[in-house]
Amino acid sequence: MTDAAVLDRAEGAGEAADPILAVRGLHAYYGKSHVLQGVDLTVGRGEVVALLGRNGVGRSTTVKAIMGEVAPVGEVWFKGALISGRPSHEIARAGLGYVPENRDIFPMMTVRQNLLLGIKDPRRPGRWRVDEMLDMFPNLAARADTAAGVLSGGEKQMLTICRTLMGDPDLIMIDEPTEGLAPKIVQQVGELIAGIARAGVAILLVEQKLSIALKIAARVYVMGHGEIVYSGTPADFAGRDDVRREWLEV
Amino acid sequence: METFVFSVLNGVTYGLLLFMLSSGLTLIFSMMGVLNFAHASFYMLGAYFAFTIGAATGFWVALFLAPVLVGLIGAAVERWGLRKVHTNGHVAELLFTFGLAYLIEEIVKIVWGKLSIPYKIPPLLDGPAFTLWGTDYPAYRVFMLAVSITMLVALFLLLKKTRAGLIIQAALTHPAMVGHLGHNVPKIFMTVFGIGCGLAGLAGVIGGNYLVTDPSMAYAMGPIVFVVVVIGGMGSLAGAFVASLLIGLLQTFAVAVDATFFDLFGWAGLGAMTEVGRISISSLAPMLPFLLLVLILMIRPRGLMGDREF
Ligand SMILES: Nc1ncnc2c1ncn2[C@@H]1O[C@H](COP(=O)(O)OP(=O)(O)O)[C@@H](O)[C@H]1O
Ligand SMILES: [Mg+2]
Repeated sequence: MTDAAVLDRAEGAGEAADPILAVRGLHAYYGKSHVLQGVDLTVGRGEVVALLGRNGVGRSTTVKAIMGEVAPVGEVWFKGALISGRPSHEIARAGLGYVPENRDIFPMMTVRQNLLLGIKDPRRPGRWRVDEMLDMFPNLAARADTAAGVLSGGEKQMLTICRTLMGDPDLIMIDEPTEGLAPKIVQQVGELIAGIARAGVAILLVEQKLSIALKIAARVYVMGHGEIVYSGTPADFAGRDDVRREWLEV
Repeated sequence: METFVFSVLNGVTYGLLLFMLSSGLTLIFSMMGVLNFAHASFYMLGAYFAFTIGAATGFWVALFLAPVLVGLIGAAVERWGLRKVHTNGHVAELLFTFGLAYLIEEIVKIVWGKLSIPYKIPPLLDGPAFTLWGTDYPAYRVFMLAVSITMLVALFLLLKKTRAGLIIQAALTHPAMVGHLGHNVPKIFMTVFGIGCGLAGLAGVIGGNYLVTDPSMAYAMGPIVFVVVVIGGMGSLAGAFVASLLIGLLQTFAVAVDATFFDLFGWAGLGAMTEVGRISISSLAPMLPFLLLVLILMIRPRGLMGDREF
């Protein structure tokens, strides 16, 4: 870790006092390669936090390790309980939603069925309804009963986010939702994410740059080579050309 | 005409019995990614359990209890066996199911003996159902057909019309994502394995007394079921259905055909009494599925309706 990074962490924007998610000294490995080398981060209740970084620094691995898809070494606390080492369906049921970067819809099923599969327990409805969800997105509504495999990239992204919302998470981790999308679609995804935040759901948003995160994020983390190298508010980050140059620009 | 109608009926009955086995095998394949060599062993267990349970309770109770018991054993095998082996990769899984098949065969020999057991058709069904052109059609075949169709409809409704069925289908293709949505994928897999084995058990219950119940019955049925699954396309239920009927009809018709190579190729100069000329078409019946298997693998390796190649 560079000296500057150590300083940044010390004078960072402060951590959430009562975090819904707290990651402490998280390591992860793919075979022998040591990909996460002690990641620390927190997300407060209802807080929107951006996790930025160049390709390959370990942002996806961080959310995968939180979710249990990659074996975590270290501590992950969610709502005051230690979840590292639990199977991912239990982590999801605790209220942690995850939208992976591959837009993993169920292509043979209809849009509506995709949404229905996001519901964890039909007897206990959450704050989102399938019909309301479709009302919000005319594109999805028009294809409610066709196979989701025919959707465009942007529509698939909307659908994966909406499907995870059907499970009524209290924190949703969204991995690069705008990657490869046209600017107009990026704006729509941004509006959806802002809507999620307004509903009081905490968000950990993984992006490469501070594009859509800028307007809604309360705090920003920057990752470099498997660890957090900067944390601060968007306002502070705006003045940190050095961080941007060293850790974000290509 | 008479032969034709009876052959169609018999072929469909046999085909649906094959589907009862191949549907479970293909579902389990989608889940594990390897063929379960022990699948036909659960078919055998179904027949033996029905024999023993039936001796105490009568056939009709055994018809329900035996498949359930086989299903539970299947679920236990997944839960405490395969799930552990799975972490060591596909080859380990394959070897595990190989070992399991032999293990079950040896257990059956120890408990029930090496010879066939007198597992009989219930007296109520041991007669003709109807008579066509002066020939009786056995009531038990009609019963087999009815059970198979009931199972087919039930499986279809479960997978296509229920939430649990949707979750099962999604879990077979996208296990990680289904887990992230909060569904217990290991439990789903255990259930699928249990249902698949239970179906094989049911096939044993209704097939064992019609065919034969002995320790080699799994060995006799296993290869045909593999052929069905490969021809249909690994992991495809619709493919397994089509291939089951295809093989069922093909084998039944081949047996029914009263002709020799001489009758077919005599015009080309083949002598009636030569070795080749004397081969009867019906004697080829056992070979046909494997011939089809070899051809399919050469021409269309993903099978009729599968989406994966090897
Ligand atoms: N399944 C995997 N097996 C081996 N290495 C991987 C795997 N996934 C990612 N990596 C490596 O781990 C590092 C971090 O990847 P990732 O977390 O996907 O980065 P990011 O999401 O920040 O782009 C990269 O060097 C990548 O090549
Ligand atoms: Mg990534």
